Amino acid sequence: MKILHCPINGPRPISEFIFGGEYRTMPDPDTCSDKDWADYVHNRSGGPGVKKEWWYHAPSGTWIIAERDTGSDQVMATYLPNSITKEATHE
Amino acid sequence: MNRRLETRPGEWIDRDEPLKFSFEGKEYTGFSGDTITSALWASGERILGRSFKYHRPRGILSLSNHDVNILVTDMEDTNIRADVVNVKEGMRLLAVNTSGGVKKDKKRWLDRLSAFMPVGFYYKAFHSPRKLFPFWENVIRKSAGLGEVNFNYPRTIKTKYHEHCDLLIVGAGTAGLSAALHAAKCGIGITLVDENRQAGGSLTYDCAGDQESKTVLRNLLDEIKHHPNITLLTGVYAAGYYTDHYIPLVREDGITNMRAKAVVIATGAYEQPPVFRNNDLPGVMLGTAAQRLIHRYSVRPFDVGVVFTANDQGYRVALDLLEAGVEVAALVDLRKKAASPLADKLLQLNIRILKGYCIYEAIPTGDHEGVKEVVICPFDESSGKPDTGDLVTIACDGIAMCAGWAPAAALLYQAGVSMRYDNTVNQFVPNKLPKGVFAAGKVNGRFDLESRLKDGQRAASEVLSMLSETSIKVVSEPHEGNTPSHTFPFVPHPKAKNFIDFDEDIQLKDFINAAQEGFDNIELMKRFTTVGMGPSQGKHSNMNAIRILAKIRDLPVEKIGSTTARPFFHPTPIGHLAGRTFHPHRLTSLHDWHQTAQADFIAVGAWLRPAYYSIAGLSRDDAIIQEVLSVRQAVGMIDVGTLGKIEVHGPDSALFLERFYTGGFANQKIGSTRYALALDEAGVILDDGIVARLADDLFYLTASTSNSAMVYREMQRWQQKWQLDIGLVNVTGYYGAINVAGVAARKVLSKLCKASLSEQDFSFGSIIETVIAEVPARIIRVGFVSELAYEIHVASQDALTVWVALMEAGEPEKIRPFGVEAQRILRLEMGHSICGHDTDGLTNPLEAGLMFAVKPDKPFFIGQRSLQIIRKAPIRKSLVPFLLDHQDGMETPKECNLVIAQGDIAGRVTSIAFSPTLKQAIGLAYVSPELAIQGGSFLIRTDNGSLVKAIVAQTPFVTSQIGDSKK
Repeated sequence: MKILHCPINGPRPISEFIFGGEYRTMPDPDTCSDKDWADYVHNRSGGPGVKKEWWYHAPSGTWIIAERDTGSDQVMATYLPNSITKEATHE
Repeated sequence: MNRRLETRPGEWIDRDEPLKFSFEGKEYTGFSGDTITSALWASGERILGRSFKYHRPRGILSLSNHDVNILVTDMEDTNIRADVVNVKEGMRLLAVNTSGGVKKDKKRWLDRLSAFMPVGFYYKAFHSPRKLFPFWENVIRKSAGLGEVNFNYPRTIKTKYHEHCDLLIVGAGTAGLSAALHAAKCGIGITLVDENRQAGGSLTYDCAGDQESKTVLRNLLDEIKHHPNITLLTGVYAAGYYTDHYIPLVREDGITNMRAKAVVIATGAYEQPPVFRNNDLPGVMLGTAAQRLIHRYSVRPFDVGVVFTANDQGYRVALDLLEAGVEVAALVDLRKKAASPLADKLLQLNIRILKGYCIYEAIPTGDHEGVKEVVICPFDESSGKPDTGDLVTIACDGIAMCAGWAPAAALLYQAGVSMRYDNTVNQFVPNKLPKGVFAAGKVNGRFDLESRLKDGQRAASEVLSMLSETSIKVVSEPHEGNTPSHTFPFVPHPKAKNFIDFDEDIQLKDFINAAQEGFDNIELMKRFTTVGMGPSQGKHSNMNAIRILAKIRDLPVEKIGSTTARPFFHPTPIGHLAGRTFHPHRLTSLHDWHQTAQADFIAVGAWLRPAYYSIAGLSRDDAIIQEVLSVRQAVGMIDVGTLGKIEVHGPDSALFLERFYTGGFANQKIGSTRYALALDEAGVILDDGIVARLADDLFYLTASTSNSAMVYREMQRWQQKWQLDIGLVNVTGYYGAINVAGVAARKVLSKLCKASLSEQDFSFGSIIETVIAEVPARIIRVGFVSELAYEIHVASQDALTVWVALMEAGEPEKIRPFGVEAQRILRLEMGHSICGHDTDGLTNPLEAGLMFAVKPDKPFFIGQRSLQIIRKAPIRKSLVPFLLDHQDGMETPKECNLVIAQGDIAGRVTSIAFSPTLKQAIGLAYVSPELAIQGGSFLIRTDNGSLVKAIVAQTPFVTSQIGDSKK
């Protein structure tokens, strides 16, 4: 079972986390076209590569961002969504 | 015939503990420490099982957990692996794959038909004519699989443990023990596991006729004892490798999930059989199997043996056989040139060594129960052909086979190790290891005793440097001398029966045929021939299959690659995987009361809730009807402490809710509540609830029981994005809640509450903070299940006080508790939908008729932009209430039955129930817009296919009942 490093709780088994999907930037709903909005809502890039992802540590109620290579399943870094400095994991 | 030897040093059996058991109805004796196989073999038995496909008689092959032709049942468990499972006093055993007993198996005739059943036969033979297929399917299904499932298997609870260690070493053989000792000096916590009953690996049996191995082993084990930081577990196997060094260790009575900082895989290698005609007769066994019999169980493998070898191992085996009193009639060495250092020793003992020879075939005894003699002839290694012009016969009753090794690399493959083919050892060895995974010993291509000891230390030193412990770097030299594995130990024979895979009865020619059919890639060949797909997962067959394919395609072995052995390493009982039945549930503070009141519980989300309260003499349905009627006619109450409860504090609270929910909250008055609907970004309904404003900067809201964790989670996520000046507090567990509903609800509540509950002072949708039964409470005037209802929120620890007080106060009105089932009917009578029940993962508020809760002109809310787009297109379905036009004998539709219009699907039923109040079936259904006309009708197709007419109705189904009680 994979270990994910929570910036608050330290290394925890992946079973304590809930995957929250890719971290994406919402287009401005007032100015974007219907097509662009639909693309944002419905389309996801499934290709392998380094992605920013939402992960929720359920027992402590903590949302974190993990930078993960979806090809190799290596996590490069995890940090709080509002943190400016990224805390590198031990991986 | 007794084949037991005199007492030997280091034997695994306890002669002071003899035991009796039966096999195939015959009584036998053995000793404590014997496996089933070793006890039977010691008693002179030869046929221990029948092969899977051709029902050929089979004896010992490996004695190391891949003798899958010798599966037995004790009538409780099936497919017990006799070669490794210890025999117990009183066991009554039968072989599994026979028809009428292992000796006189009625399916013996299949062997003679084998020429007509090559691989791929099933795929080709039975698909036409089509109408006969069911007949053949039945025949094939009966022959497929081994053993019979015991449906009366006793329920046993197997506890799962979780452990951590610094270093896990898999395999307590030479390299594993050596690695443990080297690493232990730094004080790290080490767990060393081995699947065998005793530690030592090949040191326990591979002796070459002298005592050196056993002396080395004794010294290693003595030293291990002096290290309290080494935990040695025997009879435990590592079943698989999972991410971040997470390894299930399988014990006899359950699983321990081990998390290690580093793992050394020192699993050794499986001996591989040379392939010649009749290499499966009882009495033909791997050299290491013969050695195990001698040294572990003190059993003579046979009386007169021939050793057939293609490496130096056969010489060691010959010396062990001689030491055990076996007459070695000849040592047949496939190699013409390579000289074993032990050859002189054998020659001094007058053992005949035939170099450059092969066993062309083994000749069975007349009853086909064993070996009568072997036919040998010269063998040309370069062409791989026997010279049959010069056949010589040697009488013997057993053959020890040595041809080479396959690394026990399953865990390495699972850990993502890339392997390379090493030509000095003719074996796949680890090439690139991921961080924290190490390999040592035979699995790493080190075969001599010294180099295995050294390789263990080398792996340990690498572990220590990774764990930042100071250690001296140890280097281990690669293999030198004769290669331990032969590249092509296959002797073709026109009459075949030269087996590669003993699990599946696959012969040399089957591979050639498969390649000719075009299945000449290892993965395709595996699937076509089924090589390696038997219970031993190719432990004795995959390497040979790769070598054959390499030869057929004229490619180097490394170009062929290997299939991946997946977990589990050995078959693991399902009960082990399940562990203890463990379903954690949340219980409300009223749970004990419900239990005393005979509640029947159901799981709702994370909670256990009363479905209904059973009443002696009443059926389940009648009890639920009574609960519904008590609310309609008097008063009832339900524990709704399971509702999600969240407080939003802070100056931006109203702004946060305006963005999160679809409705307006900025101008919400203190002391009022509003229905709240949450959507996702696609405009799909997530949940609904009630938002109460308690102060300018304090809102208290509820979410549905099963969605509450998700709602809180999503609120937290959006807050991370928005960074508003608020605080979110999940008070779900802190507050208990009770819903008092029914025409007499006000009367009952008034007895306990000082605040005025009149319609003017406390109208629908208001919230008051007051005291009830001397307990501080928040009371909301709600209407979900009844037009008149109150939701009382108090601290969890006070909920029982209030509940009991309400039961007492309501006694004159005959108050009764009701459960989730009655609640579902009551809310349906009121015409309310339930999120997640009447909506699904695609439902938007236009379809669900919830647009009244949407304030589209707000600056922003989640799903707003999507709703704007959705509204441009015509609506596709609408949720409508319906009544059933009931006829006698009519089938009542069920939830999820389809609405049918002009033969096409036009919607589906989401809720349907018999309304005790209306004495009629009522429901909610999605229908296409043209059917959603009040007073119109549509058809529902029931489970039996009949079409039932439904009439579009109005909500609430149950009309006002509190008019006269309004003040």
